[in-house]
Amino acid sequence: MNDSFWQAAYIIAALCVVLSIKWLNSPVTARNGVRAGEFGMLLAVIGTLLRHEVVNFQWIAIAVVAGAAVGAPLAYLMPMTSVPQLTALSHAFGALAAALVGSAEYYKDVAAGDPTTGFKMVALVIESLLGYLTTTASIMAFGKLQELVPTRPMTYKGQNFVNLILFVIAAVLGVWMIMTPTPAWVFPAFTVLSLLFGVLLILPIGGGDMPTVIALLNSYAGAAACAMGFALGNRLLIIAGSLNAASGFILSVIMCKAMNRSFANVLFGAFGQAQTSTAAAATTKPVKSASAEDAAAILESARRVVVIPGYGMAVAQAQHKLRELTDALTKKGVQVDFAIHPVAGRMPGHMNVLLAEADIPYDRMHEMEDINPDFPEVDVALVIGANDVVNPVARHDKNSPIYGMPILDADKAHTVMIIKRSMNPGFAGIDNELYYLDKTLMLFGDAKSFTGEIVKALAGSH
Amino acid sequence: MTTEIEVSLYVLVLAVPLGLELVKRVSPLLHTPLMSLTNAISAISVVGSILVAGNGGSPMLSKVLGTIAVMFATINIVAGFLITDRMLKMFKKKETK
Repeated sequence: MNDSFWQAAYIIAALCVVLSIKWLNSPVTARNGVRAGEFGMLLAVIGTLLRHEVVNFQWIAIAVVAGAAVGAPLAYLMPMTSVPQLTALSHAFGALAAALVGSAEYYKDVAAGDPTTGFKMVALVIESLLGYLTTTASIMAFGKLQELVPTRPMTYKGQNFVNLILFVIAAVLGVWMIMTPTPAWVFPAFTVLSLLFGVLLILPIGGGDMPTVIALLNSYAGAAACAMGFALGNRLLIIAGSLNAASGFILSVIMCKAMNRSFANVLFGAFGQAQTSTAAAATTKPVKSASAEDAAAILESARRVVVIPGYGMAVAQAQHKLRELTDALTKKGVQVDFAIHPVAGRMPGHMNVLLAEADIPYDRMHEMEDINPDFPEVDVALVIGANDVVNPVARHDKNSPIYGMPILDADKAHTVMIIKRSMNPGFAGIDNELYYLDKTLMLFGDAKSFTGEIVKALAGSH
Repeated sequence: MTTEIEVSLYVLVLAVPLGLELVKRVSPLLHTPLMSLTNAISAISVVGSILVAGNGGSPMLSKVLGTIAVMFATINIVAGFLITDRMLKMFKKKETK
């Protein structure tokens, strides 16, 4: 087969990849974006199979069938609340593929009696480091999201120091391999260090910081693919990989800004421990609570209700009941909107997907900057499973760990209702001032069943 | 050799800013699908896996590693595109019922 065929296929595939992300900018064209991505991928694979150096097909065919047999059920059977977990797993698979190719390429050159050094080795070192590190880090992130591993930050004395030492050793090995052919143990040692480093990186990270970390791992996986492009001299890989790396990077910057924290603080800060003592002292303050019937009566007489969902809504799977509540209120002429904080949930955009799953139209979902000016005219702010993102402490208490974090101005609404299991402080262990305001009503119960009770009360009242 | 690397670096310095610009325009509404889509796209590393696995000149170790890589990349591609489409299907503007 003529070389120009696969070269043309690669160029068209690169165009498809760019269009794919471009079309994702609006929900109207987004599905075309997926089509374009799929088409580009298909072209890239067919083009590659037709290259004259590819001669063994049986193994590849078996691997593709096996991969598809695992991937398809994963995508269809995972409930929407588990999308963060699936994404973490998917990052692990992609990064592992990139890393394995790096190793394979390294050993291919060794076997040919021409060990890689210089520029190609720079690319292989980066590819392997990021690939293996992202693999174990993503598996750890999956474990934390699935709660197989404790979600609280795990720290020990001298943790950052140990990480630093390991990183320095890995860097030295990397540079050594780049400079000159090395003994046989160096590459495997480098691999093991990279794998270990990924685990250590995630240990000190708490569940609430997952949106930033997942976005960062997304970026690393892309960067690994991009490095592979340099190692193999393949520009399609460079384009696709760097688009992915750029995307993950922007998302993690957005997440960091939404928490008013730096990358360093997220990665090494072990956020959300140690504050529990102050919270325990404060829980004796009085709060007002209300029943589902009271809540229904207030909601019914409101003109505008803004719902603020958080991770608790996802845990309780309350989105479908929330949809029923929205329908019941809309029927009574109440305007219901949803206010979504950028870090609500466990990955960027997590809440939007869950609400969309429950058939809530996307023009009802509003970003923080767009809806915050409206809160003074909102009759009821209904907080479901969110905590830190509505805590007014972030505005004025300089000693608070969340000081400076932009929040949803729920406290400016006429009435605030909070559905919550108990007075236990949230993930960060920070007491929420919002709970003690005069206009706040605490609705104690499970998010799903309590929302259901409000719906029932609304139905019975006409 | 130098020119090959040079061209690759040119591609990189063009692709990164393009990626940043494109992604900035994506509404926060779609950040989860964006992440799963770009993740599926980065599994284009399947190209590299096939080249290593199918190359007649690769030693056995490289072929085995390459074949495993093809499998993992395929999982990533299939799961990534399917879940993205499954999510996007749910985003509707007005009541459809």
